[in-house]
Amino acid sequence: MNDLIRRYGVTITALMCLLVAFWLVMLVVVPNITLFEQSFRPYLPVVDVGGPKDVYSLRNYAKVFDGSIERSFFGIPYMIPVHVMTFGLTIWYSIVVTVACFALAYPLAFFMAKIANPKSLPTLLLLLFIPLWVSEVLRAFAWWIILAFKGPLNALLLAIGAIDEPVRWIVGYDGVVIGLTYAYVLFMLFPIYNAISSLDTNQIEAADDLGAPWWKIHLRVVLPHAKPGIASGCVMVFMLSAGSLLVPSILGSTTSQWFTQTIDQWFKDALDWNTASAYAFILLLLCTVFVSIALKVFNVKLSDIAK
Amino acid sequence: MSAKIDLENVSCDFGSFRAVDNANVSIEPGEFFSFLGPSGCGKTTILRMISGFIEPTEGAIKIGGKDMRGQRPNQRPTALIFQNLALFPLMPVWENISFGLEVRGVDKATRRKKAEELLELVDLMGAADKMVSQLSGGQKQRVAIARALAVEPSVMLLDEPLSALDLKLRQHMRAELRAIQKRTGVTFIYITHDQGEALAMSDRIGVMSQGRIQQIANPRDIYNAPINGFVAGFVGENNIFEGKSGAVAAGMAGFDTAYGTLRARINDDAKGSALRLYVRPEHTLLSAAKAEENSIPVAVSEVSFEGAFISILCHSDDGKLIVAELRNDGSATVPDIGTKLHASFDAARAALLPDANVRG
Repeated sequence: MNDLIRRYGVTITALMCLLVAFWLVMLVVVPNITLFEQSFRPYLPVVDVGGPKDVYSLRNYAKVFDGSIERSFFGIPYMIPVHVMTFGLTIWYSIVVTVACFALAYPLAFFMAKIANPKSLPTLLLLLFIPLWVSEVLRAFAWWIILAFKGPLNALLLAIGAIDEPVRWIVGYDGVVIGLTYAYVLFMLFPIYNAISSLDTNQIEAADDLGAPWWKIHLRVVLPHAKPGIASGCVMVFMLSAGSLLVPSILGSTTSQWFTQTIDQWFKDALDWNTASAYAFILLLLCTVFVSIALKVFNVKLSDIAK
Repeated sequence: MSAKIDLENVSCDFGSFRAVDNANVSIEPGEFFSFLGPSGCGKTTILRMISGFIEPTEGAIKIGGKDMRGQRPNQRPTALIFQNLALFPLMPVWENISFGLEVRGVDKATRRKKAEELLELVDLMGAADKMVSQLSGGQKQRVAIARALAVEPSVMLLDEPLSALDLKLRQHMRAELRAIQKRTGVTFIYITHDQGEALAMSDRIGVMSQGRIQQIANPRDIYNAPINGFVAGFVGENNIFEGKSGAVAAGMAGFDTAYGTLRARINDDAKGSALRLYVRPEHTLLSAAKAEENSIPVAVSEVSFEGAFISILCHSDDGKLIVAELRNDGSATVPDIGTKLHASFDAARAALLPDANVRG
């Protein structure tokens, strides 16, 4: 603090602190606290707000367990609350997206960090970044067009004879998974790229020289070194996927429902902000718990990720 | 278990730059062979070609008589010790050492046992479960050697592994490396820019400059009978005289200089080329009286005490610096600055040498 004042003077330091404080308090803390408080109150007609019926309860949170439907698991039928199922599927497909992003990003990150000619790297990075200049809505719609039943992907596959008749790509969660993977793969790529860049190339060569096949080099040398980067990429992709509304809305099929869409419906269709808030906090809380457990299982410390 | 290594007309180009030019060397099984040269002379490129990380542009590398072209580093009977050692920081010491066995599918108990044995060989018992970051520089060195020995290579390749150590430890590790090499009988190929290291450890040395091997000989011959000016200059100090060589008789030649005709050894194949006279400071004598031959009048301009020896810097009448070294054993009297003396040397101790062998 003293250092800041000495360097920039009292006025600018005070201004910077105020801006940061404003950002934190007004744009992060206050809205969240407002929603958090609302989430415990019932949705009431305006005249009853603040009246005797307006009391705190967990009723809004309990609503996820309302309205069970029948499903079957290997032929064994069971009942499951529909919103719990939506939540479970959201988590499951977010994991699928995370794994898909890792599978795509790791080889590319390794190529960029250790194999690519340093001279051509800026070009490669530019090629990766250019799609980000287009808005996320347009990119999602672009995929919607590409994956359409009579779209270019099917046309191409038919033309080269890979398939005999058009495939319906946007069924179930397929479109959502493809769209989310595309949207967030770079959030996986860069942490892994940074991690692998910091690995001494001699270690790879030493393992090679000692007779290790390529997969063993990755398993024993590269992956353990890149673990913090992989963890940070996975956390980002998972959280962004689970919290995405746009991609599931555009690339979702008639049978896919993302938990964020449920929240959105409580907000906009039911106009029940109280329940919507409760659902939003359920998503935030459980995702955080899930990520914490995952980090524990894979033995990664939070401080490693921050590097 | 050791193997012979043959480099036959080996060249290596990086784009238009020729890093190694027509290298021919035959390294005997069990030999301690050093490549010595300044940075950028191509010695590391040679090492990387032998280990398989680079393919030679031309020529053949044979290990145990078998051409290695197309063989990946993990298929060659070589083990490389990197300049920065490249130990795996996330594995404990014993896993580092047994990594080569792990990839060969050896079971854990055998690996552990082998690692302990190797730790004993490199005098580092009880460090098996430590992490690499807990070790000192010299200990890391030993782990790197043990890791390379674990795969029972026919050839050990060492890329300046001692350069990161401090002077005392470096001298200690020299002896240690030599001892390990004798104990295991493995062929060692050692890369260094430190002539002291190369002279002290090697059976033979290949001195390199600008991609070319200048001379291959045992350490004594490299120092006492350098083949050209580059070798003479790289492995030690010299007083160098410019001039013109005259008649040759019985391996000796006259050499016309500004200080009269000096006499020195000459190689048969050196005749006719541009030559210079090289004589070592420790072979340069100072006396009050004029010597019979090779005598130059000088004045002492500086006395530098180096510990084991005393360096006397003199200047001739025309300002040429001539250095003589006296052993600090009390036998010689140290002249005062300004004393007029005669510098001389035995003709058999001086040599007429061409410049380095470089591409025209």
